[in-house]
Amino acid sequence: MTIFRRRLQETGKEMSYEASKMALEEAGLELKDVDSVVLGSAPDAFDGIHLKGENLLDGAGGAGKPYLRVFVGGGTAVFSPIAGWWHVASGLADVCLVVAEEKMSSCFPHPQSAFGHIWDPILDRPLKPNLVWIFAMEMNRYMTVHGIKKEDIARVAVKNKRNALDHPCAQLAADLTIEDVLNSEVLAWPVQMLDISPPSDGASAMILASEEVAKKLTDDLVYLSGAGWCIDSTMWTDRDLYFPEYVARAAKMAYKMAKIENPPKEIDVAEPYDPFDYKELHHMEGLLLCDKGEAPILTREGVTERDGDLPVCPSGGLLGVGNPIAATMGIKACEIYWQLAGKAGKRQVPNDPQVGICQAWGDLMQYGSVLIMRRG
Amino acid sequence: MTKPENPRGVELSSKQMKEGDVIVNKWDPRVKYAWATGEAISRFLEEMKNGKLIARKCDSCDRILFPPRMFCEECFKPTTEWVYIKDTGKIETYSISYLDKDARRITDPIFVGVVSIDGASEKMGIMHYFDETTKEDIHIGMPVKAVWKPPEEREGAITDIKYFRPLKEGEE
Ligand SMILES: [Zn+2]
Repeated sequence: MTIFRRRLQETGKEMSYEASKMALEEAGLELKDVDSVVLGSAPDAFDGIHLKGENLLDGAGGAGKPYLRVFVGGGTAVFSPIAGWWHVASGLADVCLVVAEEKMSSCFPHPQSAFGHIWDPILDRPLKPNLVWIFAMEMNRYMTVHGIKKEDIARVAVKNKRNALDHPCAQLAADLTIEDVLNSEVLAWPVQMLDISPPSDGASAMILASEEVAKKLTDDLVYLSGAGWCIDSTMWTDRDLYFPEYVARAAKMAYKMAKIENPPKEIDVAEPYDPFDYKELHHMEGLLLCDKGEAPILTREGVTERDGDLPVCPSGGLLGVGNPIAATMGIKACEIYWQLAGKAGKRQVPNDPQVGICQAWGDLMQYGSVLIMRRG
Repeated sequence: MTKPENPRGVELSSKQMKEGDVIVNKWDPRVKYAWATGEAISRFLEEMKNGKLIARKCDSCDRILFPPRMFCEECFKPTTEWVYIKDTGKIETYSISYLDKDARRITDPIFVGVVSIDGASEKMGIMHYFDETTKEDIHIGMPVKAVWKPPEEREGAITDIKYFRPLKEGEE
């Protein structure tokens, strides 16, 4: 993966090339060894380039190959490797290169203006919405239903930004206190500045290979053992936002495939999607890693720290490393791979993790993608 | 060793872009759209002009669907009946926003949230503004009522309701 920053000099195509090249080098492969390419990237409106998949193609190594661009909002970060997995699992490809790219800085002065294009044009847009509103509304509902204090949510921002100090790509790594978060600028109550991940430029890539090919490349195999995805109705004002039922459905689909019956016991490390601090908690509950309303308590008790019983977002997450939407694959799917392969270095969680889960989330509070990995 | 090793990328500041330290190409698109509002939402917006909220009933699951649609996404069957619902409801969630749609800071905050409408099935509602309340008083579960624009100013839009205000004692 590239560094994540508010602005990178490289074009999206160049960023895709850099990330793809790094992944190929780490795997000891060349582009000629790749049978198919999956490219994940979020709304075209950030770039002002429609047919973005075609624009990025050459950088992703897809020219002259079976090539597929996928986009499911923020969920693209984990859906891209799922799409790569079915290329390999179906037997269509022995080696699939999965590339995820986002360049949010081209839309100026702020990419928020491009987010305006995702709302329903008749029911929502006349109210001139800002995307932060949906997070604020969901966070308020979640806090109110369970009686959660803001300080227990702020702990997530403190933890993840601190974890990010050990990530070489991090944009917003910092050693902060709960008070820093609680005293930061109120943007859309209850959301404050330090509750949010930043807009970012960045790219990441990973290689998926069939078992036979992978065994020739490495002794430290990591298997994709379960995948799931689910989307709820477009009518987001018709459901209770306190619990992401669609994430739970995606998780159940993945757990079933991975033959996991007791997620809190069997999962050793987790990378749920954390574009906002409360989302990590919301998604831990959606992933059935704890009971509804229990995630803030586990966080307060230190269970989710890197050396806790269930390390959550050891990468530093979107809150600390940055949020180039699709490219956060690098701190979700790639991170779980690095953790299970024992390659996470300073970020490595202790006790030899065997099973990990990552998840991404997007669209209008309705989409969840889940991937489970197991050490070979 | 910590992966990824030696990650690539060159950071740019906004100053470098603005002051021409790097070459930048710009484009200012002027693309316009006009959306046909469809079967269900056209009727909904017509009724808004009359100061009324209308929903659709699904005979299969007995839900009163709001905003209205011509088919039920769960039963995957046509909805069967127009049903007038009230212009009162309950705050399901809300935010107090100091950001406008382009992330510019505003000093007079926007009160916005989801209001479920009385007469529709449980939890069914719309996003809208709240007013005539304070940061201290507004809360989830608060009963509210629509404040409509005067009839001559209505144009068949979600903004024909100006905002929802707290329901007064004894009011329906
Ligand atoms: Zn129905």
